[in-house]
Amino acid sequence: MTADRGSVRVESRIARPADEIWALVGDPTRQHEWFPGIVGCTVDGDVRTITTGAGLVLPERLLTVDRLQRRLQYRVTAPMFREHLGTIDVHDLGDGTSLVVYATDAEPAVMALVIGGAAGNALEHLRDLLEGAR
Amino acid sequence: MTTRRKILLVTTDQQRYDTLGCNGGILARTPVVDALADGGIRYERAHPQAAVCMPSRSTILTGQHPATHGVWMNGVPLPDDAPSVAEVLRRAGYRAALVGKSHFEPYLDPFLRFPENALGRTGTTPAGGVHRGFEHLELATHGPVGPLHYARWLAEHHPESVGGFYRVLDASMRVNAEGGGDTGAPQVAVNPIERGWYHTDWVADRTIAWLDSLGSDDDWFCWMSFPDPHHPWDPPQAEVGRIDWRDVPLPAGYPQSAAERERILDAKPRHWRLWYDGALVSNYEAPAAWVPATLTTDQVREVNARNAVECELIDEALGRVLARIAERGWGDDVDVVFTTDHGELQGDFGLLFKGPYHVDALMRLPLVWRPAPSSGPVPAVVARPVGLLDLAPTFCAIAGVEQPGWMQGRPLPCDDDDAGARRFERVLTAWDSELFGVDVHLRTVTRDGWVLTAYLAGTVHDGTEGELYDLAADPLQQVNLWDDPARRAVREDLLGDLWDHQPPQRVPRLRVEAPV
Repeated sequence: MTADRGSVRVESRIARPADEIWALVGDPTRQHEWFPGIVGCTVDGDVRTITTGAGLVLPERLLTVDRLQRRLQYRVTAPMFREHLGTIDVHDLGDGTSLVVYATDAEPAVMALVIGGAAGNALEHLRDLLEGAR
Repeated sequence: MTTRRKILLVTTDQQRYDTLGCNGGILARTPVVDALADGGIRYERAHPQAAVCMPSRSTILTGQHPATHGVWMNGVPLPDDAPSVAEVLRRAGYRAALVGKSHFEPYLDPFLRFPENALGRTGTTPAGGVHRGFEHLELATHGPVGPLHYARWLAEHHPESVGGFYRVLDASMRVNAEGGGDTGAPQVAVNPIERGWYHTDWVADRTIAWLDSLGSDDDWFCWMSFPDPHHPWDPPQAEVGRIDWRDVPLPAGYPQSAAERERILDAKPRHWRLWYDGALVSNYEAPAAWVPATLTTDQVREVNARNAVECELIDEALGRVLARIAERGWGDDVDVVFTTDHGELQGDFGLLFKGPYHVDALMRLPLVWRPAPSSGPVPAVVARPVGLLDLAPTFCAIAGVEQPGWMQGRPLPCDDDDAGARRFERVLTAWDSELFGVDVHLRTVTRDGWVLTAYLAGTVHDGTEGELYDLAADPLQQVNLWDDPARRAVREDLLGDLWDHQPPQRVPRLRVEAPV
């Protein structure tokens, strides 16, 4: 970490199979379904564009969509970010539950906390969404 | 029809005790608050339970310590279902509004996840008709940026004025260190905005508008919350000439030689000097790129002058609201409480802004309660310690509503005899911050003329550090007696008292969701 680069990691244990969770979070076209505050989400090739509740349009480049590792990585390419890497991992804990980890690395550092804070809330929402669906 | 006493809670943001005339202030003229103090109760030792906005404001609303309501640092949102004195009053039949700065929820919110930020788009009535007990929220913060009502109003009606404000955040979204004014002081700017469009008068205008919407027989609780005199110090430029900064005396708490400042800071726990030298930024609220050691005497003067102008504008705005209340015929039946959420260093120790520094600059608050004249108040001065968590129980008492068990404070004492009889002996303050790998944790008790702060282990503290000040002998808290063998018994007694009275901790701990 440098003075102006931030790294924030949030996680949630969800009582659902990893493949079921991955079916939702691993589909880059569906982020608005589980991330409160994202109201629009479109994908064109490896470019995803999300729209936030405040009306902010953020272009992103999809870097990794790995079904075998259950890992999705993307980079926000909006000018307000000098650097960004978002990583979502779904780990199978072997007991029918899963650990979802959402890491945000960004420069400026403040943006890591802004995105990471929202991501923590999103994982709570995801857990409620999926566990409530049982 | 018999009506109950109405309640006007007036808060400012980041205002020092000594900025009011009634508290001995010599810069700002504050005749309106001074008159309230003359006819009511002035508290000489009122402390916040946290020296930063969100935890402190959450304490005012809930009547709970930060450990219990859970907002342990800025950026931690107060849960929507947290207890609220406004809700207690609403259920008792009061109509309740909050006009101005709320800050129970983070401001940096591009996702617009938080209801108070989202409300700017939809109006002043929350979804479902009520939020935290308020039927009306009309919100503002320190400038024209963001989703809140004031920013939207200014952009719509006076767009040419938007650009005159200081830019609170820099390109990296950190608190801006850029200097301005005559001296280049940080967070100072020349703002050409007309006075009537500045947020202080806007808050008063919108408060009056809400009061005008009420029926004469309505019981009401109105929290009028001014964003000033919190930085940036960019009041309407036409008003700045009220106080020539060149004539402003340096604060008593500002040691004029660098050697003296450094000697005082070196006797305090490490983070004081580290911040002064620019070697450690422990919290988000002060500009990360600003080095306090560069602060000049002229900058201290200019910041104090502009701060005083902002205090005067608040006082005059409050006067307009009180005049309207009198015109409505409510004057005899309104309790007015004036206070703030925390203080401002404002040059003390060669520092500005706020942070994990538990001294009077940040902890000793202005607090005046002018009970409704119809209740026959006896003017008094209370020297015993009270806290902002005593406000919510006070409002319940004013309204004749039973105090809920979740409130941790008590109704404010009416005088020192009352305070003594009800054993107002101590007030607690806590600081916790964890930001990008740097954590700081303070626990403070103020009691018997002493203020003691114990440090928990953190990034630059090993958990053995502390501060101990004799408030009578050392009112500027420049002599740390923590390691003085002659004060060991006092220290141990206060430490025992501090740990014996720690409030219950909310479990699990709430997450930080934004920087501020």
